[in-house]
Amino acid sequence: MSTQNDAEQYGHSATTYGDDKPIRILDTDGTVLPDAEVPDLSADELVSMYEDIKLARRFDQRAISLQRQGRIATYAPMTGQEGAQVATSYALDDQDWLFPTYREHAAKYVHGMELESLLKPLCGHRDGYAIPDGVPIMPEYIPIATQIPQATGMAWGNRLQGNPERAALCHFGDGATSEGDFHEGLNFAGVFDVPVVFVCNNNQWAISVPRDHQTASETIAQKAAAYGIEGIRVDGLDPLAMYSVTSAALQKAKNPAEDDRRPTLIESVQYRYGAHTTADDPSAYRDEDEANAWREKDPLDRLQNYLTATDILDDELEAEIDDRIESRLTDAVETVENATTDPDSMFDHVYAELPDRLRNQRDRLRALREKYGDDAFSEVLE
Amino acid sequence: MTSTTADDGTAEADTDTDAETDETDTLTLVEAVRDALYTELSLDERVMILGEDVGENGGVFRATAELVDEFSAERVVDTPLAESGIVGTGIGLALSGLRPVAELQFMGFSYPAFDQLVSHAARLRSRSHGQYSVPMVIRMPYGGGIRAPEHHSESKEAFFVHEPGLKVAVPSSPADAKGLLIAAIRDPDPVVFLEPKLIYRAFREDVPTAAYEVPLGEASVRREGADVTVYTWGAMIQPTLIAADNVAGEAGIDVEVVDLRTLSPLDTETIVESFERTGRAVIAHEAPKTAGVGAEIAATIQEEALLYQEAPIRRVTGYDVPMPLHELEEYYLPQAIRIEEAIRETVSF
Repeated sequence: MSTQNDAEQYGHSATTYGDDKPIRILDTDGTVLPDAEVPDLSADELVSMYEDIKLARRFDQRAISLQRQGRIATYAPMTGQEGAQVATSYALDDQDWLFPTYREHAAKYVHGMELESLLKPLCGHRDGYAIPDGVPIMPEYIPIATQIPQATGMAWGNRLQGNPERAALCHFGDGATSEGDFHEGLNFAGVFDVPVVFVCNNNQWAISVPRDHQTASETIAQKAAAYGIEGIRVDGLDPLAMYSVTSAALQKAKNPAEDDRRPTLIESVQYRYGAHTTADDPSAYRDEDEANAWREKDPLDRLQNYLTATDILDDELEAEIDDRIESRLTDAVETVENATTDPDSMFDHVYAELPDRLRNQRDRLRALREKYGDDAFSEVLE
Repeated sequence: MTSTTADDGTAEADTDTDAETDETDTLTLVEAVRDALYTELSLDERVMILGEDVGENGGVFRATAELVDEFSAERVVDTPLAESGIVGTGIGLALSGLRPVAELQFMGFSYPAFDQLVSHAARLRSRSHGQYSVPMVIRMPYGGGIRAPEHHSESKEAFFVHEPGLKVAVPSSPADAKGLLIAAIRDPDPVVFLEPKLIYRAFREDVPTAAYEVPLGEASVRREGADVTVYTWGAMIQPTLIAADNVAGEAGIDVEVVDLRTLSPLDTETIVESFERTGRAVIAHEAPKTAGVGAEIAATIQEEALLYQEAPIRRVTGYDVPMPLHELEEYYLPQAIRIEEAIRETVSF
């Protein structure tokens, strides 16, 4: 289904790039489109995916609320984008590497991070960046696009060490495609033919700068052609389409056909429903009607409609899911709000071994705290 | 518009427009930054602003609020998200005859532009034997204390101070912010203009409505004293003044506070003159201790005023660790308590 309105929203012109219409499986009302192939997921897997998307939505609401109450610091919301985040992580094998940005909370959670770890940095505790052993997720990337060459390098290294079936999946936004690191990372990926999947979460806005002001390219997917790799546009509000395309791209990265290059650039066409972060006010630069039009295609509603229509989901199961989500969120928030960080810990992990100069600095801080007490440090800085 | 060469210098802007009035506005530091930008956009048609979100959104800290409405999207430009692109095109714009003022959203995101800054902006005058210069300003909010996410709180002024050919200015008050920024925009050389975001909105003061310059390269004595000089800049002026009041009351120590204001070129004369009177020095900065600008100040004192020295020079700084997340930033940043301790140690030596 592609209405005129769709064409405008998804930013492609029917004449020039008609073939680049985003891939879609679920229509906006959750029905399966004619000729679309539903991915091979069991009912349990589909319900689990739905639960994770719903958890992500609730996590987002809770985090924004906590920030407004001053209980956590600046938070980057993901509502509208969580369907794509969850689906791409479902496509990963356990051993595949994930390179997330500061917005991919749900992608990280699905690939093995605890909710508590997601919340801890927001409360000022750096140990939240620590990833459980054996979970291949990098700490979130905040400087834009810097993860892209690193993901290429990780995939390259895996291939060099005889392990091309261990892929890397790298998230970034539409704004990141303007940075030099985007060019360098994709170029290396093509040249060295490494098992990497790039997922551009094109949410139409880089803070206040709209997609059409970010690049004069008609689509982001078309940039892949310049690097000799495949580019695909997907409806990023359709979790099943995101899952299918990402799974196929990962499969190709690991076991390419003879003429295939391993890397893929997936342009996940989506929308940032809310603010860039809780420090941002979108009403200063965009029209809320635009956001409302995208909400009509909501990933959670679409999957819910599909699962209800196929008798996989009913009210009873929905209620069970809601209970589980609320209790996990409540537990996680409580745990994190009771967490503390020892001031000594800022000297840990700077080097493998603490240099003498640094030990002296740590000891001097300790001595001052003992002499004056911690309250002396909590004076308002200004 | 004519091409800018090293010879056509700084004084083309008409500075007399408002010079007769003594009107003031009561502004915060970030409002004073905006006022300086507004003033120079009004007075000099070559001035333009470029950066991420500086247009419709008015900058993430509102430093360019509504300037696009006043001066058009050709002079207040939302760029693609690319710091090297912003500074690199800024160099080209400057060479073409314009006066670009680039905003990099946070100092922690300036590093993609580092090559353009140090390899080109800083040394084009030198490479061209004075034929070309890069009269541009690179503004960056910097420093900690606002509970910001990682990479948003760093103080890496030493990177830029270390680079010959760049000037580096840091205001600590609204009035200085306006005057220093105007001086930076009119300067014939590239200026890195660091804005301490901890005090962006911490207090207001009267700022002249007219255009005026606070000359680059001149420090300011914020508080006069006879026993010890504390050298500092930017957001650390506030805890230093608190510490000075505290030790005056408790211990009768008379502290002089020197606000460097420009970190490159350093005002050696004011640094040395103050030290010759007090004979004791404490240096406070947010940046990590090792190879921080404090080391350069201490070395300058040693070179120029050794025989006046009564005590070891103490540094109160950030630690040599990555800037911690906000839960620990009050331990990391020089608080009044740490500055007081250093003052007492220095005076009782």
